[in-house]
Amino acid sequence: MKPVNYLLLSLLGMSLHVSAQTVVDDAWVRATVAGQPSTGAFMHITASSDSKLVEVQSPAAKTVQIHESKMENDVMSMQPVASVPLPAGKSVAIVPEGYHVMLIDLVGQIKVGDQVPLTLIVEDSKGVKESIEVKAKARALNSMPMHHDHGAMH
Amino acid sequence: MNELLTRRRVVTGLGLLSLGLIAGCDSGSGLSYKYGKDLSNEILGRKFKLRDAEGTEMMLGSFRGMMPMIFFGFTQCPAVCPTALARAAQAKKMMGPDGDRLQVVFITLDPERDKPAMLDAYVKAFDPSFIALSGTLEETAATAKEFKVFYEKIPTGDSYTMSHTATSFVFDSRGVLRLGLSPSLSAKQCTEDLLTVMSVC
Repeated sequence: MKPVNYLLLSLLGMSLHVSAQTVVDDAWVRATVAGQPSTGAFMHITASSDSKLVEVQSPAAKTVQIHESKMENDVMSMQPVASVPLPAGKSVAIVPEGYHVMLIDLVGQIKVGDQVPLTLIVEDSKGVKESIEVKAKARALNSMPMHHDHGAMH
Repeated sequence: MNELLTRRRVVTGLGLLSLGLIAGCDSGSGLSYKYGKDLSNEILGRKFKLRDAEGTEMMLGSFRGMMPMIFFGFTQCPAVCPTALARAAQAKKMMGPDGDRLQVVFITLDPERDKPAMLDAYVKAFDPSFIALSGTLEETAATAKEFKVFYEKIPTGDSYTMSHTATSFVFDSRGVLRLGLSPSLSAKQCTEDLLTVMSVC
């Protein structure tokens, strides 16, 4: 009986793996100074079917929220959002100047090189939820997204 | 003979030029910037009084002889504040020896959460020469108003984030407002315009 169970489990695991088609690249968090209560997490997410990022969890912070930054007339505005659309096959940038993840009320200081665990909850169009474990490496406080070195973004 | 005359003319010309460099501080306008906005007709930031991490009262006059670049933000800002601070640090390096006269000043719009010591460590993580200033809620509001800086709290559950103007304000070494740098400009673009300000004062 037992081996069959294992087989079933591993088959189930395989099928989960096959349906788990959301790929997360280049996940990082911005390191903090001592006493700084929050920071941001950034990455690129590609889902194979139309989905949305509905939640992010992390043991590094008491509260994790998804926010969106918008720049208009040199005013940077911030809003919490319920979800981030992940259109099929499109790499969606989770970046400081767009959708980003806020780690609020940090448990401790995040130092350069720390591996911060994140769990992404992605929901497909049928309402099926998938959770993806990611380790986001802490980069220096003064890290800049690459394209800032190449001129105006707007 | 001819050659000598030419050389003398050149030397005289250079002398006049350097004289012009000293006297040039008086002219409030006439500079053309490649990327930033000429703010020499605006009167902003003349009266603010805030405090640094040691509690020393600081105002525009405290930076006389330096070229202050002032901008507003808060440490729980994910995007534009660290990007602007990192850009300022890069520009300061790109300016070479002239960069020593650039004084980057970060004013917090969130004095309730940005306590002076943490705020100071935050800006100094970008460059040890950077200065952070804070005040009471009233002083912060008055300073923002003086700079025509918009800001507001955006509630997010139990917490809040902030929206705010992300322009960097550049004054010359006599405290005359010169230049506004948009957050969308690169460090290199900022450097070019900062050197233009420095060329007159």
